[in-house]
Amino acid sequence: MKLPRSEAEAYRLLLLTIGYFALIVAASWVNRWLGLAVFIVLTLGVLWRSFGRRDEPPPTRHVEHRSTEGERRILVIANETVQGGALREAIAQKSAGHRAHVLVVTPALNSPLRHWASDEDGARANAELRQAASLRALERLGVEARGEIGDADPLQALDDACRSFGPDEIVISTHPEGRSHWLETNVVERARARFDVPITHVVVDLAAETEQVRDPD
Amino acid sequence: MAAHAHAEHHGPPLAHQSSRVEAGMLGMFLFIASEIMLFGSFFTAYFFVRVVAGTPWPTPPFHLPVFVALINTCILVTSSFTIHWATQSIKRGNRAGLQAGLVLTFLMGLTFLITQMIEYARVGFAPHDGAFGTIFYCLTGLHGAHVFVGLSILFFMTVRAFRGHFSAESHHGVEIGGIYWHFVDVMWIVVYATVYLL
Repeated sequence: MKLPRSEAEAYRLLLLTIGYFALIVAASWVNRWLGLAVFIVLTLGVLWRSFGRRDEPPPTRHVEHRSTEGERRILVIANETVQGGALREAIAQKSAGHRAHVLVVTPALNSPLRHWASDEDGARANAELRQAASLRALERLGVEARGEIGDADPLQALDDACRSFGPDEIVISTHPEGRSHWLETNVVERARARFDVPITHVVVDLAAETEQVRDPD
Repeated sequence: MAAHAHAEHHGPPLAHQSSRVEAGMLGMFLFIASEIMLFGSFFTAYFFVRVVAGTPWPTPPFHLPVFVALINTCILVTSSFTIHWATQSIKRGNRAGLQAGLVLTFLMGLTFLITQMIEYARVGFAPHDGAFGTIFYCLTGLHGAHVFVGLSILFFMTVRAFRGHFSAESHHGVEIGGIYWHFVDVMWIVVYATVYLL
């Protein structure tokens, strides 16, 4: 259920509560069973509104570009797959003729219980270790980058980084299909629908040591 | 957090937190969730007394002052309108609107509380007069306690508003206090509908 996130939303909740109870009380004054029926119908309606419409995609968000002249800002999001030539080639291609400014976001993967208890220290410590390895791998490939730890949800992590970094391009690095939880949950397609910047998908098969770049077109 | 930012930061490390919900707002959500559980336990008792045990409501010969409570409900709901007005005013940079809205909200909340105390004095039954009396006083009293807390918050918000705090850009204290006050009103609508009307 969506909790009000501002005073205005709490105010709307109050108005809805008044309407909800006014209908139930009015119906129960006519007939007790009618009141019960109205209560059931309204409660089911509230539950459907709260839980049944989660699949609606959020609206596309405009990403403010913050790159200066001659600079290309590339946002890379990867859990543990920032390795290999494909990624370097993708970054080189995206920043051709420009000075590349690369930010690598590593999501702090956490269990739902720990997330809601705000116990993120362990998840962030693990993410920092993975990120350090990623930055070393990029350095070996000749890519200068800085790192940032993001939210466990890759889309949320992208959203946060877009606000602070203002990228010109986004690169999403994943495992191959069948071994990537992000591909299973359509992270790449959802990101393309959500952000109005070009998004490149780089598949890195760490086991087979092969890579593949998948541009939207 | 940027990897190179560690070197520039002084003092204790910054707290880790999710960007999905701002920490202060999350605190208010958790507080309200605990409050809903607290009220829920009292409503469960009400349900068992009235529906499962079939206790007449109100138990004769007692009567509930439905009309006075209706006036009180109107006062409390109006106070939600005024705090909403106050919040909208400061968002537009209208300090006079914020101050007037907060003062009106405080006065209406105080009127509600005083009227409830007068109602207790005249209602004709006490908490020890059976399960009906106990549940009535527990539910309305618990809500009254929340109104008192809300009034305390409103008092400090009002003092801050008159001392020049809050602006169109920075009014988090008004937002948080407003959410709490609306929560108090929502709970009263539930209490009034179930205890007095249904």
